[in-house]
Amino acid sequence: MYSTLFFIFAGCAVGFAVNLLIQRNPIYSALSLIGAMSSLASLYVMLGAEFVAVVQVIIYGGAIVVLSVFVLLLNRSEPSRIERSRLVGQVGPPLIVMLLGLFVTVVYREFPEDAMARGGDYLGQTAGLGLRVFLTHLLPFEVTSILILIAVIGAVVLGRGEA
Amino acid sequence: MVPLSYYLVLSAILFGLGAAGFILKRNILAMLMSVELMLNAVNLTFVTLSYSFRQLDGQVFALLIMVVAAAEASVGLAIVIAVSRNRRTLNANEMTNTKL
Repeated sequence: MYSTLFFIFAGCAVGFAVNLLIQRNPIYSALSLIGAMSSLASLYVMLGAEFVAVVQVIIYGGAIVVLSVFVLLLNRSEPSRIERSRLVGQVGPPLIVMLLGLFVTVVYREFPEDAMARGGDYLGQTAGLGLRVFLTHLLPFEVTSILILIAVIGAVVLGRGEA
Repeated sequence: MVPLSYYLVLSAILFGLGAAGFILKRNILAMLMSVELMLNAVNLTFVTLSYSFRQLDGQVFALLIMVVAAAEASVGLAIVIAVSRNRRTLNANEMTNTKL
């Protein structure tokens, strides 16, 4: 079961990565990137890193790729002509449904049902991860906050126009 | 159970694809996406070895890499916006200011 799921998700990740390479329109590259990120998130869940998987989906799939697509749409130098492919239209939605179904299957297989229900005092992987972040690796964590601050200031200064 | 080496091989394949995309793509946005793919491949290695050694430090590093990737994406996309505003193009081949 596990090896089958691993090969499915690994194949999805590699396929999406190859699709990212061969697509000429960057919009399709961004969508392929979302697929690759989601496949990797499923692999993280299989490796017992559920918090990293959730953060992967939220930050990569939800923030970074969406930001890329926004920038892509802001850039009007290239004609953004969407050529419709019938194969993608017919094969794509079932593939997406299959991917999501497999993700749910992995989650249900990985965790017993009571482990999902008792969230609060259950000292699972995520609790251990939080202890590890805030006790052992506190200094790198704080340094990343400064990095984020610098990145925000830099992005504002760069994006402001003629300074 | 899937052997550990399979995950590492997958990570290497993804990293290679990201590197190839960074070299071969012309659009600088696509190049940024390839960099994100490479960072993801490294993250997979960290999480795999964290699982293998039964230590959570690898997952902490993966989270820190995600923070760095987010910062890199925000600054990089701001640079892309500035470049596209000044040069009217996103094609890396046309940016030959420093070429002799």
